[in-house]
Order: sequence, then structure tokens, then C-alpha cells
Amino acid sequence: MALAGINWFKYSSPASFYPLAGKMMPWFAGLATVLTVVGLYMSFFVAPTDYKQGEAYRIMFIHVPAAWMSMFIYVVMAVYAALGLIFNTRLSAMMASSLAPTGAMFTFLALWTGALWGKPMWGTWWVWDARLTSELILLFLYIGFMSLEAAIDDPRRATRASGLLAIVGVVNVPIIYFSVQWWNTLHQGASISLDKAPSMATIMLVTMLVMTLAFWMYTIAIVLYRVRCEILERERHSEWVTELMEERK
Amino acid sequence: MLFIVGGVVGIGIAAGLILNAFNSNMVFFFSPTQVVDKEAPQGRNFRLGGLVTVGSVKREDDGLTVHFTVTDNLNTIPVVYSGILPDLFREGEGVVAQGRLDEDGIFRAEEVLAKHDETYMPPEVAEALEKAKEAGGNPAPQNMPAGNGGSI
Repeated sequence: MALAGINWFKYSSPASFYPLAGKMMPWFAGLATVLTVVGLYMSFFVAPTDYKQGEAYRIMFIHVPAAWMSMFIYVVMAVYAALGLIFNTRLSAMMASSLAPTGAMFTFLALWTGALWGKPMWGTWWVWDARLTSELILLFLYIGFMSLEAAIDDPRRATRASGLLAIVGVVNVPIIYFSVQWWNTLHQGASISLDKAPSMATIMLVTMLVMTLAFWMYTIAIVLYRVRCEILERERHSEWVTELMEERK
Repeated sequence: MLFIVGGVVGIGIAAGLILNAFNSNMVFFFSPTQVVDKEAPQGRNFRLGGLVTVGSVKREDDGLTVHFTVTDNLNTIPVVYSGILPDLFREGEGVVAQGRLDEDGIFRAEEVLAKHDETYMPPEVAEALEKAKEAGGNPAPQNMPAGNGGSI
């Protein structure tokens, strides 16, 4: 059991996570690039035309992975925020604030591609149905989290207040996911769920999963990059950062 | 500490107000059965959702006004609409129309949106399924989105 030999708690300290993040980042960035190229090629040239929506459905290969990531990142962010509040670990708060901008970007991407898809298919850019409205609330939650953290000068109080907002807001995630089942919505139901076979051709499904994996790897790479900046900024008075800066000179 | 308590109370009040507001507005559309049962709002605008009955679409000579009926396979409501229809508007497909019911029981739509289901496949597969259905097979009904419990 090689894994058991590693002292995982060691990496909850910013000083030892900083170099680890630096080592992991290029791998995830490389994976993200390869998967994006493969995924986009499949989206445009391999996946077949849809029987009803023609070529316009291809925006799904961006729209659905972006929407999944927007929800998934929020849950991860809330978990980090909770860990930070419970165990008072500094790194958790840094991870939470590094995740927020990427989550907000994916939420915006999902809303934007959804509007572009809705106009030709439904006949409208936007409707106030439960799915679209709850996804918009998710965007506001991300923006609220970032603004609240930026608005409070004392970093410890900023972390606590924004962390609490992140945890309370997690209630919205199941609402988004189940909105199409709970209420009559213009948005169609889920094509892929745990309790039934996917209602799309296999090659379309594979393309969508490749794109999701690409977005996921991108998220990890960019968050590692951002958390390194965050670590340096928040730990700037500590000895190891001063030493690191001395070495760089 | 005061700040956190204040924050929680504030968010609680906001969430309560939002849920209260949603309670009356959460339903995006009413089905023909709900309209027949008078569950839909009377005398004001609401949205009617269902499937366009096969063979019911008739266009007037002006090229813009369309007559069709919306069904949920239990009840049917006649609809009149004057305007441009979305690409996916087809007989047997899902539709959501916004407008009001007049005294004759005809729904006068101001806006018509197409509702599609969550099924995606290449045209060849759709044809093969169609053939299997004609041959007496029993594939799942494609026009009934499962996400809404089959109520469209």
C-alpha cells in the first residue's frame, strides 16, 4: 500500500502544497489541451447530425459539460469552505476562493450557450422557467461569494462570511438538478441520469463525456495555478515565502 | 459573530420570500387537462403546454395566422396564433403557448415556444425506430419527455 505511506496531512499545509501544486499543474493543463482538441474534433466531425435539431444541437457539447461543471464546482467549493470553517485549515479557504471564478465562468458559459441554443430551437433567448432561473441564481451565488470575500478587509472574517454563504447556497444545486422533474419547465429533462439508460446515441454521449473530462482537467489546472498565487499572497509574511522570494532574486 | 448571525437571518428571510414568490409562479405551463379542470388562471395570461395534435395545423391565407390544437392525450384545447413559429414547431411535438382563453374556449396565443425532448440520435436511427414501430414493435414513445413524468 504505497498510498498509505504518504502523510496526506502534510499537504494540507500551504508551504508543502505550493510546490506540489506547481508540479501537478502542467500535467493537468496538458491533459486538458489534448482532451479539448479531441473533444472538439468529435463534436464537429465525428458526432452525427441530430434527427430533429440538425446541426444546431452540437452546442450541447459545450452547454451540458459547462452546466455540469458549474454545479459540481459549487459543491466542491462549499465542501472546502466547510472544511475551512470546521478544521480552521488555511488551505481550504484558499481552494474555495480559487474555485469560485472558474465556477462562475462555467455558469455564465452554460447560460450563454443555452440562450444561443434556445433562440433557434425554442424560439426565445430566455424564459423564466425553474431550470433557467435556478442556474441564474447559481451565477449570483458565485458573484456574491467573490464580492463578499473582496468586500471585507480582514481576511479571517472575509473567509468566514463568504464560506458561510457558499455552504448556505449549496441548497440551490439540487434545485437546479431536479427542477426539470419537480416543475413543468420549457427546458427538457435530463438525457443522462443514474436511473435510466441515456436517451442519446452512444457516440454523442462519448463526445459529451470527453468534453466534460476536458473541462474538468482545465478546472484542476487553472485552480492549482490560482491557488499558488493565493498561497503566496496570504502567506507573504511567513518565513518560507520570504526565503522563496530571496531565492528568486 | 453578530455579522454571521445577521447574515444567516438575512439569507433565511430572503430564501423564505423567494420560495413564497415561487410558490404561485413555479409552474411554467398548464396542461390542457388542467385548463379543462379550471386549474389555470381565469381571465389573465397563462402558458399552455402540450403536444400539437397530429393533423390539426391549418394556416390561413394571410400566411401568418395558424390554427392548431394542443393535447395531452386526455383533453384538447384549440389555439389561434398569428406570428412566426419556431423551427421545431411540428405536429406531434411539444409546444408551450402564452396567451389567454377567450369565452369560446379558444386559446389566443401571443407567443409560441417549441419544447423538445431529451432524445438525441442520428436520422438513420430515428428511421429505423419508426420502421420497427410500424412493424408492430413497441419502442418507447419518443414524443413524451420522461423528465416531466410524461405529462410533456
